[in-house]
Amino acid sequence: MGFFSKLFGSLFKGWFKKRGNLKLGLYGPPNAGKTTLANKICKDWLGEEMGAVSKIPHETREIKIKEQIAIKSKGKELLFNLVDTPGIATKIDYEDFIKAGLKEKAAKKRAKEATRGVIDAIKWLDDMDAVVVVLDATKDPYSQVNITIIGNLQARDIPVLVTANKIDLKKAKIKKVQAAFPQYEVVGLSAKYGTNLKSFYETLFKVVK
Amino acid sequence: MVTIQFIPYTQIEGLSSLGKIRKLLNIAKQDKIVLLQGRLRKEEETELIKVTMEEINKEFKGIELAVINPSATNLSGMQRLRSGFANMLLGNRQGMTVIGPANVVKQIRKDPNKIELFTKDSKKRKKKAKKR
Repeated sequence: MGFFSKLFGSLFKGWFKKRGNLKLGLYGPPNAGKTTLANKICKDWLGEEMGAVSKIPHETREIKIKEQIAIKSKGKELLFNLVDTPGIATKIDYEDFIKAGLKEKAAKKRAKEATRGVIDAIKWLDDMDAVVVVLDATKDPYSQVNITIIGNLQARDIPVLVTANKIDLKKAKIKKVQAAFPQYEVVGLSAKYGTNLKSFYETLFKVVK
Repeated sequence: MVTIQFIPYTQIEGLSSLGKIRKLLNIAKQDKIVLLQGRLRKEEETELIKVTMEEINKEFKGIELAVINPSATNLSGMQRLRSGFANMLLGNRQGMTVIGPANVVKQIRKDPNKIELFTKDSKKRKKKAKKR
């Protein structure tokens, strides 16, 4: 049963890929820069942004999709729907949002929506054809959330590209991210300033094929 | 004071995925740190995060999670094969899983060889609980 469902799954995946319905998900912990990267990709290839960004974690609390993005690199074209997901976390405390400057009511609302967002992001894992895991290169890459997300993608046979974002900051350590996930392609970039995006697009082609 | 409860793998091996998660989460919700022998399956780890999110409320803020796994890269080909076979038959008993309630554990810092647990100040915790 497992074998046949896997076989049919991959056949359908291939069929949809050819028709450009490939779903490319952006996953990662909160405040790693998923939406900033999504905005950069959309700005580069569609001329418009995708969503709001904020210094307060859990700004993206709903799945957002931008359809029919066509990126080009070295004469090849890749057509996909970009799925920006809420950051995955194991704890959410509304008091942290109050500390970040929100009023109590807004903080509680944000916390409630953020928990819903994490659940939705996990549910959507199954639907992805390829995933870009966005990590903050200034933070510890060995956090269990990162390992769990990547482990799940591996178990589902979903192609993964790991990005070490925020390389414009002094504390960024791309090598530490590479050491944590040696079996994956890791691209260091700054989504905010568009640094190394060319290499990101080229590697994306390689990973998605 | 911090309470650590050790759960041998035999205590969860007969349970369904959701049963395992419920058991571990119920202990964490009593403000105890769970030390589980072995690890959950990858899918169960995400399910644990999902269920944790569903349970978050005024008193329960979530968990800190860390899995310590003996590095597979240090094993020889034969050892890896043997360990994979044992895992298939007996479940994943290797390594250790730490689940700390976010009310008690501020952060778990991990690198491949060591694990550091930063707990919250118990006086502050009590003050907060009184406020609620």
